Amino acid sequence: MSPSLLLFIILAAMALAYHLGRKRAIGVAGGLKKINRLHSLPAYYGFYAALWVGLPTLLLLLFWAGLQDHILTALTLAELPAETMANLSEGQLSLLVSDIRNLASGNLMGREPSAEVEVAAAHYLRLQGIANITLWTLVGAMALAGMAWAWQRTTPSFRARNRVESIVMILLILFSSIAILTTLGILLSVLFESIRFFQKVPWTEFLFGTQWSPQIALRAEQVGASGAFGAIPLFTGTLLVSFIAMLLAVPVGLLSAVYLAEYAPRAVRTWAKPVLEILAGIPTVVYGFFAALTVAPFMRGLGESVGLDIASESALAAGLVMGIMIIPFVSSLSEDVINAVPQSLRDGSYALGATQSETIRRVIFPAALPGIVGGVLLAVSRAIGETMIVVMAAGLAANLTANPFESVTTVTVQIVTLLTGDQEFDSAKTLAAFALGLTLFVVTLILNVIALHIVRKYREQYD
Amino acid sequence: MTMIVEASAVKPANLKADHLAQDQSTTTTVGEISSPNPRMVCRDINVWYNNNHAIKHVSLDIGKNEVIAMIGPSGCGKSTFLRCLNRMNDTIPAARVEGSITLDGQEIQDKGIDVVPLRARVGMVFQKPNPFPKSIYENIAYGPRIHGLTNSRAELDELVETSLQRAGLWKEVKDRLDAPGTGLSGGQQQRLCIARTLSVSPEVILMDEPCSALDPIATAIIEDLIDELRQQYTIAIVTHSMQQAARVSQRTAYFHLGDLVEVGTTDDIFNQPKHKLTEDYITGRFG
Amino acid sequence: MTNTATTGGARRSPQAIVEASLKRRYAAERRFRLLGAGAVALGLGFVLILFISIVSKGYTAFFQSYIELPVTFDAELIDPQGVLREGGLDETEIAQQLRSVNFLKLARDALRAEFPAVSGRTQRRELDALLSPGAPLQLRRMVTSDAAVIGTEQSVRLLADDDVDMFMKGRATPISRLDGAGVLTLEGDLEKIGGELVVRVTDDGLLPLLERARARLHDQADRLERQQAGLQRSRDAQTARLEQGGLGAEQTAEAEREAARNARDIARLETKIQALRAEAEGSDALLLGADAPSFLLRIKDGLIKLLALEASAARAELLVPPVSTAPAEAGTWETLELSIPEGARRLTDQQLAWVLRLQHEGLLSKRFNVPFFTNGTSREPELAGIAGAVLGSFYTLLLTLLFSFPIAVGAALYLEEFAPKNRITDLIEVNINNLAAVPSIVFGLLGLAVFINFFGVPRSTPLVAAMVLTLMTLPTIIIASRAALKSVPPSIREAALGVGASPLQTRLHHVLPLALPGMMTGTIIGMAQALGESAPLLMIGMIAFIVDIPQGFTDPATVLPVQIFLWADSPERGFVERTSAAIMVLLAFLIVMNLTAVLLRRRFERRW
Ligand SMILES: Nc1ncnc2c1ncn2[C@@H]1O[C@H](COP(=O)(O)OP(=O)(O)OP(=O)(O)O)[C@@H](O)[C@H]1O
Ligand SMILES: [Mg+2]
Repeated sequence: MSPSLLLFIILAAMALAYHLGRKRAIGVAGGLKKINRLHSLPAYYGFYAALWVGLPTLLLLLFWAGLQDHILTALTLAELPAETMANLSEGQLSLLVSDIRNLASGNLMGREPSAEVEVAAAHYLRLQGIANITLWTLVGAMALAGMAWAWQRTTPSFRARNRVESIVMILLILFSSIAILTTLGILLSVLFESIRFFQKVPWTEFLFGTQWSPQIALRAEQVGASGAFGAIPLFTGTLLVSFIAMLLAVPVGLLSAVYLAEYAPRAVRTWAKPVLEILAGIPTVVYGFFAALTVAPFMRGLGESVGLDIASESALAAGLVMGIMIIPFVSSLSEDVINAVPQSLRDGSYALGATQSETIRRVIFPAALPGIVGGVLLAVSRAIGETMIVVMAAGLAANLTANPFESVTTVTVQIVTLLTGDQEFDSAKTLAAFALGLTLFVVTLILNVIALHIVRKYREQYD
Repeated sequence: MTMIVEASAVKPANLKADHLAQDQSTTTTVGEISSPNPRMVCRDINVWYNNNHAIKHVSLDIGKNEVIAMIGPSGCGKSTFLRCLNRMNDTIPAARVEGSITLDGQEIQDKGIDVVPLRARVGMVFQKPNPFPKSIYENIAYGPRIHGLTNSRAELDELVETSLQRAGLWKEVKDRLDAPGTGLSGGQQQRLCIARTLSVSPEVILMDEPCSALDPIATAIIEDLIDELRQQYTIAIVTHSMQQAARVSQRTAYFHLGDLVEVGTTDDIFNQPKHKLTEDYITGRFG
Repeated sequence: MTNTATTGGARRSPQAIVEASLKRRYAAERRFRLLGAGAVALGLGFVLILFISIVSKGYTAFFQSYIELPVTFDAELIDPQGVLREGGLDETEIAQQLRSVNFLKLARDALRAEFPAVSGRTQRRELDALLSPGAPLQLRRMVTSDAAVIGTEQSVRLLADDDVDMFMKGRATPISRLDGAGVLTLEGDLEKIGGELVVRVTDDGLLPLLERARARLHDQADRLERQQAGLQRSRDAQTARLEQGGLGAEQTAEAEREAARNARDIARLETKIQALRAEAEGSDALLLGADAPSFLLRIKDGLIKLLALEASAARAELLVPPVSTAPAEAGTWETLELSIPEGARRLTDQQLAWVLRLQHEGLLSKRFNVPFFTNGTSREPELAGIAGAVLGSFYTLLLTLLFSFPIAVGAALYLEEFAPKNRITDLIEVNINNLAAVPSIVFGLLGLAVFINFFGVPRSTPLVAAMVLTLMTLPTIIIASRAALKSVPPSIREAALGVGASPLQTRLHHVLPLALPGMMTGTIIGMAQALGESAPLLMIGMIAFIVDIPQGFTDPATVLPVQIFLWADSPERGFVERTSAAIMVLLAFLIVMNLTAVLLRRRFERRW
């Protein structure tokens, strides 16, 4: 009796309600011939009934699905002997809970469950059964009540269309606000955990410390003293990789944009542009693979042949591949911006006897500069937030260095490492990932806001 | 002369299609197309935009140190013709130009002719002021810089100053040469563009409705300027204002639907037009 | 006075100056243009390199090596009571019956039967390693599906181990052949595998081999010398820095330590180089160690490995016994040089000899790799397939589509058509644009903190992945949908409103259908983005090792890009080609999706 089955049943009930509502409307109007007595088309009465059956039940289902586990767990734990509970640390408790749930859902466990767990699991199962029956009954009752309500309200003068439309409008507004909710959710989730992190580790330590080794900081009181959560090496590492990426992407992207916008013959344009844009559609994990298995060894070999010691997880390889990924981004943004420069400026320059490249370099570039800067800032924000390439091709060692041949680590790499290993709940190590996430979010947000603002202002200038 | 100005002060009326159809056959130009002392000589110019025949068999001389005005109803090809004179039509992919145009006896229509020095010799001022998004100084210095006309900063400063003076803008901007050119008023911007053109010392200046975006005072300033510039430059100006044509030009050419209908001294065109179309247009009688 | 530049006496006219500058300026023009073309070419080059590198690494994964062996399905071993052969059992009962059957032994016995000369634990274990751990599963499956095979001998294509597979695909070591000159005789025990032999060849027939081996030693020494030179350079740089002074005490100490370490390494390399050169120049028999290329002699279907080499004789080890002991004429024997030294290979010379033998007999061959498309992942490369990940991606994408399309269309409809222009809608607008540029990993954090930890959505499931991806792709789809709505001319709305439709009816009946193709294009692009996304999914547990193929939205699953990430991280060589092949599959899906979007746009593009 899974929630998805119930979901389907509700959907079916909605379809039925639509049908009944429509029938009823035709009925109260006195047959198909007289439906113009109705305020709205019969279908709207159907929709009205369907909404009354569907919306409350769906909402209930949603809440139930979200809360059932919490409540059942709490009830089960309350049944456990008090002395067992008292001795448990938070970690052990969560282990116990997962044991109970696993056993209850019939999952195989590595070890034999203790008697206590078995009892608890049985209790849990019993509660689950009760909860299920309650849910089904409630859903059924609400659906019937909804239908009855709609049935009773269906009269010729009832403004069904307006009702349905205002409900739809409310839905649309809800949908639109999801964007804001998302931002809020991101902000709150990272902020909340970050605050807990900064209770354990002072934020000055985090922002200005030069030592990053979260793995050895196991004991909380050790943290501040050892300075193991100094994120400076991560910031410099991120900047180094992004810088290398931009060093490749900006000139190549910009020059290809210029070439495609100003010089390229039609045939070249129609072919080269989409092919270049393929680069933008390739998943980053593919770039990561390419960086780790093709570019990095190549760089290493190249370094060896000229006597340079290039690490196999060098910032250079990761940065270059990230640069390749960003080329189409820079190039298409720049092309838009260059195309937005009005023809009259070009004409003015040509009329003075300027060559095409003089016009581009001395008139179009300066005119397009704000837009290009905006685009580059967006690209930087993307480079900073890029994860897979660096996870796969950059290292884990937090070296504080500006040498591109060495291995560095980045903010995103550390977030992934901290959250994909064995997670200790509430440890500074896990929380540190959220602090890094907060930093990342704030920095990219600022970059994006500035960049989007610049680009918008630029567009307005020439519109 | 005053009388004509008054006569044409009547609102230019609209063209009527059937009226035009009757006079479609105008292929020979009325009046003297050649000039005794020509700077530019155009013979049998045809321009197409894709399949749109925008200029039809136009022949016209532009004399040294004269101001020649081009008038005619909207869409008749004045701008197109003007843009032929410094090959600005090259920048429009759809445009195709045929015929012969010489500048001081040298053919400029040939494929092999380099447009860069040509445009340095035949400058152009556009309908809408188009200062570069740079400082006033840099706007003027742009041309000399790309062509390498000056050897030192002092020379460049001087060239900027003389150009601005000739365009009558110096007094107004001499204290804010570093301010952006786009921050000037419309009339000032247009004079800035004229100064920019002057800075590369062209022989011929083409002006495409230079005053259409300006108020009467700014227009008057530019008209005075044109009169002054005539001493040194050859000027071809497109205008929709017949008063303006009468005020600034010595010769006037009347275009109609891609044909050069009539050309003659400005006095003759305005006082005793020979062609009916010209007369209709001058007197504002269109149907 | 027609010249404004005539300020300082005898100056050239501007025209002359312009003419004179042309050559320089056109050169600059050409350079600039070339630079632009170069940039485009570079970008295109990257596309090409990327694709070539992936395809060249991955195409081999579509084939898999199998060893075809006669397997005896011993009834005593499999079904002593005969219940299976009686039939009438259901699947679980069959599984129960077969639970304790040692299919591994069956598979191994079949292989050992091919090489009866193999003896001793070590040799057997080496031989067994040629079979995949998946081989017994194959046999179990055969018995499960058809009990009739019990008690019979069947020719079965058993999965070869990934190391064998890599060798078959030419990724273990390059092999070069050298025809034998002179008559070759073998002396010694020609039955005992691993026994020592003496090889004699008339007319200094081994001389070419000897020269080759020497050249290899010199190559090796050259390589070490290059390495040494690199160390020397970095040491010089360090000395220079130390001499320059100005370093802190700690830095100085560090630099000195480094320099000392370098000096030691340089010296160590030096002795190695000396030894190699001496060996190569020496007149004694050339010893072929584990860090030198291996030389195998193939003679009368047997294989022997050379240990020490002279011009007309050699010491050797027997790997596969030859069928006859008679001397071999010139041209009937050959040498195989395996250029990767035994020490740097996964397969020993002995194992390779068996593999070569199997290959020679036509028992070892490559066929289309069906398991790659039907299996879930595995720790063994030859067993790992993409079916689980593809299905996980499918479920995830389906849910993402179901969530994001209605929400995005609704939001776009409201924002574009109904929303009043005020601060709140402005804020939403800015918000959406910003969300489109928020790093994807941040959405993963959101998913972890809110969906999993707060709402208790089960981790590692398509459901939670779809929720995260929905939030991530919403901005893309909303922006595209709004553009589509914007392109519907107002006249349509006016017309509909004019005949008395309500504002909502107007939008739903008239505007939406016209904007739908554009919205769908945006949705497909958003889905493509979601299909390729992996970073946020790492945060919400899609990184778990899940062998089972997911059956629904709440089963633990992984998705294709994450699978690629996991495989790329695996050390086994065999995973490289599988990763590349999985990438090819992923790219194929993406290309299809993007092409659909392009076609859709072409088909429905309307100019109003
Ligand atoms: N870039 C272009 N592409 C295609 N056709 C053009 C282009 N520019 C002008 N035309 C066409 O060529 C003809 C002449 O245009 P032109 O701009 O020369 O007229 P005009 O006399 O300058 O008009 P106006 O007084 O309105 O400026 C018109 O029919 C116009 O539609
Ligand atoms: Mg015009």
